[in-house]
Amino acid sequence: MENLPAPQVPSMRPEPPGTEDALHGDTMVINMGPSHPSTHGVLRLVLTLDGEVVKSVQPHLGYLHRGMEKIAEGMTYNQFVPYTDRLDYLAPLSNNVGYILAVEKLLGITVPPRAQVIRVMCCEIARISAHLLWLGTGALDLGAATVFFHTFRERETLYNIIEALTGARMTTSYTRVGGLMRDLPDGWTDQVRAFLDTFPGMLDEIDSLLTRNRIWMKRTQGVGRIGAPEAIALGLTGPNLRGCGVAHDVRRTEPYSGYDTYDFDVPVGSEGDAYDRYLVRLEEMRQSVRILDQALRRLPGGPIAVDDPKITLPKKERVLTSMEELIEQFMLVTEGIKGPSGEVYHAIEAPKGELGFYIRSEGDKSPYRLQIRSPSFINLQAIETMAVGGLLSDLIAVVASLDPVMGEVDR
Amino acid sequence: MQGPYVDPSPPRLVIDRLRERLPGAVLEVSEFRGEITAVVPRERILEICRFLKDEPEAAFDMLTVLTGLHYLNRDYDYEVLYNLYSIPKNHRLRLKVRLKETETVDSVTPVWSGANWPEREVYDLVGVRFHGHPDLRRIIMPEDYPYHPLRKDFDVEGVPAETRTPGRAASPGFRDMESV
Repeated sequence: MENLPAPQVPSMRPEPPGTEDALHGDTMVINMGPSHPSTHGVLRLVLTLDGEVVKSVQPHLGYLHRGMEKIAEGMTYNQFVPYTDRLDYLAPLSNNVGYILAVEKLLGITVPPRAQVIRVMCCEIARISAHLLWLGTGALDLGAATVFFHTFRERETLYNIIEALTGARMTTSYTRVGGLMRDLPDGWTDQVRAFLDTFPGMLDEIDSLLTRNRIWMKRTQGVGRIGAPEAIALGLTGPNLRGCGVAHDVRRTEPYSGYDTYDFDVPVGSEGDAYDRYLVRLEEMRQSVRILDQALRRLPGGPIAVDDPKITLPKKERVLTSMEELIEQFMLVTEGIKGPSGEVYHAIEAPKGELGFYIRSEGDKSPYRLQIRSPSFINLQAIETMAVGGLLSDLIAVVASLDPVMGEVDR
Repeated sequence: MQGPYVDPSPPRLVIDRLRERLPGAVLEVSEFRGEITAVVPRERILEICRFLKDEPEAAFDMLTVLTGLHYLNRDYDYEVLYNLYSIPKNHRLRLKVRLKETETVDSVTPVWSGANWPEREVYDLVGVRFHGHPDLRRIIMPEDYPYHPLRKDFDVEGVPAETRTPGRAASPGFRDMESV
């Protein structure tokens, strides 16, 4: 990032509020959302405006609340996997992995190497796809419509890859406690390889469309600025935190699924503004390509699930011919997996930041309490710091650069 | 274990330091899967959090998540968990306070400004009240919603609380499928 000196752009910002100016008069309260094209779902903001300057932002959440944490208390551990698809619905594979790793930490099991590598690939595909959506819609919000078509074309390729892998485009539900739903289909790795071959070129094209684009720079540079100490105190994670220069990435600091054995860089910004968050996410996609490339090269053979009849379902052929396996399948489906008593918290680096699951188990087949630490919920807290004192039109850039997903905020 | 989880020894040192510097601040310590949980007195949470943030050996500069749990038929009604993380030290610690229905716990928003929404969420969904919180309103449920849905006496189906026997667990929803 250092080798990208930001060109000096003259400020278009008005004088700060309070200066004698015809622009500043009575304040006005307006409602933005929950149905607004730039709020990416059902975010509702109640704004107090002085002319065009935002004096206060009051987010109202809960329009997409489905009570997932309550639902989890009545479900077996595997039954809850489809619900995790609907958290950050732009990166369901990543949520699947995050949830299942927390359950596996509770049970104290390790999945075979092949499953770990496939999970890493799932996480990185999800990251690219989530960042592509953010890039396309974020640029569209600020008026750069071309980028949207480019990113959605690439995203379509990724969705085809995801569909080939899991059978569904968005509701993937691909992981299971102790492994995966199924192994890679034939020809899948070639599909990913083909994508990796063409995708970096497309990223360069987007880079050339936006990074040095004067309008894009004026709309994002210095907008929604937040300092590192403030961001840390607010609990910001993911690209939003790295945009302020803090090189914190859960894949690095607390590696899971063998992330410590992959070679990748953690890009950071310096200014903590919307432009830096854009640069960080753009670079993260390139790093994801690197990780995917390494994963494809090393993909080992072997089983994709642990061999434990109390955790994973036996092979169907065996169930139909052998008494033991029939009983095991019956017990697993009716009784579920019983976790030991205890409490665990496991975090992964989801596209939006630290996605953590806290599970409190009382030794039952379902959790006593399941708490989802969703990065978007915590990140959205920063909207006040970022938007107050700026222009209303900059608020759009702030929301776009924070990249909240309401499915995850409201749960 | 998949991959090296955070080494539990640095937080163990933090607990020792906490015991030494603030006598009586640690009531109970448990360890599970390398994660350390310390039960601390409800009245002193603010003091302990300030210490853990400022002490260079602890340096817990981030409150990752706040969890509230509701219990039936125990000496206490709620547990509030503070999952702390330190970026410079790369270690985690979980603090736990226990409180009764009638009690409140001090808000930690003066220590970590990011505690604001998580505390509102715990208040909204579980019913724990945070003393000194700048803006303790519901955050996810509608403002006029009468219940705290993550309490254990609240049904998954959403049956009104008045129709149930006090102290009895709510019908556990799908959990009792086999007894139907």
